[in-house]
Amino acid sequence: MTKKILAYIDHFHGKAQPSSWEGLGLAAVIAKDLGGENAALVLGEGVNELADTAFQYGADQVLLADSPILKDFRPEPLADMVAQAVQEYQPDLVIFPTTSRGRTLAGMAAVDLDTGVMVDVIGLDWAGGEISATRPIYGGKLLAKLTCVTTPQIVTLRTRAFDKPEPDPSRSGSVTALDVGLDGAGVATSIASHQEKGGGVSLSDASVIVSGGRGVALNPALEPPGDLDEEAAEIWKAEQGFALVQGLAEVLGAAVGASRAAVDAKYIEYEHQVGQTGKVVSPDLYFACGVSGAIQHLAGMRSSWRQPGCGRCQIHRV
Amino acid sequence: MKIIVCVKQVPDTAATMAVDNGAISWGDAPLIINPWDEFAVEAALNLAADQGGEVIALCLGKEGETEAIKHALAMGADSAVMVSDPALKGADNVAASKVLAAAIQKIGEADLVLFGQQSVDTDTGLLPVQTARLLKMPSLTLVSKFESVNPDDGKVQVLRSMEEAGQVVDSSLPAVVSVTKDYGEPRYPSFMGIRKASKAEFPIWSLADLGIEMPSSSIAWPEVTEPVQKEIVTEIIEGGTPEEKAKSLVEKLIAEKVL
Repeated sequence: MTKKILAYIDHFHGKAQPSSWEGLGLAAVIAKDLGGENAALVLGEGVNELADTAFQYGADQVLLADSPILKDFRPEPLADMVAQAVQEYQPDLVIFPTTSRGRTLAGMAAVDLDTGVMVDVIGLDWAGGEISATRPIYGGKLLAKLTCVTTPQIVTLRTRAFDKPEPDPSRSGSVTALDVGLDGAGVATSIASHQEKGGGVSLSDASVIVSGGRGVALNPALEPPGDLDEEAAEIWKAEQGFALVQGLAEVLGAAVGASRAAVDAKYIEYEHQVGQTGKVVSPDLYFACGVSGAIQHLAGMRSSWRQPGCGRCQIHRV
Repeated sequence: MKIIVCVKQVPDTAATMAVDNGAISWGDAPLIINPWDEFAVEAALNLAADQGGEVIALCLGKEGETEAIKHALAMGADSAVMVSDPALKGADNVAASKVLAAAIQKIGEADLVLFGQQSVDTDTGLLPVQTARLLKMPSLTLVSKFESVNPDDGKVQVLRSMEEAGQVVDSSLPAVVSVTKDYGEPRYPSFMGIRKASKAEFPIWSLADLGIEMPSSSIAWPEVTEPVQKEIVTEIIEGGTPEEKAKSLVEKLIAEKVL
């Protein structure tokens, strides 16, 4: 019977990943349904503000560890703190967002706590306090129902698969400070620097996506500059096509996606690739421009239509 | 330096997947090396070429699931080890990681253990971090670049990817690294490589060979299903000019409240 739920708040230098609040919102809903309680776990340096925000998103209490050792993302000390928080709070269920960091820490927690993790779930059932999860496998071509027979059960939630709660500025609560007994010198990694990424909306979090495929290079009306060879001319045409994709994305506040074919043809960087060997996305609206719709591309979206909710998909062809 | 690269056999990503009497089926689609693993093999081969050393492909799988190992050997890996045991059926990630960790220890003295970022079948991406945790090695996930590798000093610097920024990490060796597609195109196996791989012999270790009992699994998969086909309505937007079509589309999207 699930009674206590711990939600991990993933962030980068104090800026939360929006999917963290989806996890906390779900923790609050389950706890309320089952007559239990929830807590948010906030680890980092200078993250008091994040604790305040966690209350607004539904935390009953916040477990907080604030230390320079936890400032940058280094999985080993952070995983040690997750294990310590679980020992102290004794949750039945621990929820992480399926971000790069959340996935890593969830996996390590399963090893440390001798339990299992249900990764990237798109549906969760807690009827009668028994947790079962649904997750896509084979790039969303199949769905698996999972249970975890040991405690605590650990899940990571697919971004945008669960509702983000409305923050309530009037909410507050008590913060429990975790004792950080770690020795910074014992950590095997150190962060030399960060390379900031260009702006733009993140694909995983986007509610609207505009994607381009190989077809964006096929505008017959365009005449490439004469001094380009065949490959350069094709890339030049693709750049003109992606400029239109980019322009539409900017107008709509959307993220820019791409098919694998477009990425392999070097039209655009890999970080924009949507599909089975790219990013999995869950938009409300997806513009596919010059995309043939290969099975691997659709796999990146197939299981993404939000559950429950949209049982219908409307395709407009222009 | 000694580099172990973990590879897995999976159905081709173009396969149509189905559930047949409760069992997962991919029809007559070919079985291939997990596409993400090719980047890890490529990185391993480049590192071994730069630093001097050997590349060992390690694969956990059912007997006869040798496509991944053969592909890694054909790309240029020096040797391979297969771990196969009927008891492995239904192993969850933690259990599989424990078996892999035992195999990595039996191979011994690895400077680096490389993985692809995840497998395209179960898509968990957990094995690299869980194996690292079990081996008490630093875990460096989603690496696109090795900035520097110094096996003599036991140091490595890599570029990791996160949602908000790249992260340049200094780490001690040995370490576990998962490699992303940004690392660069994997090489095609040469004709000679394919011939060599087809004749290659490699040991197949059972759990008894590793000296371990089958670890228990926490995750049960009571049911796998095909997703319910959603009702898909296709509508072709009519109109005389592109401007008219765009206007009509925008009106429909606003009416559907997705904009």
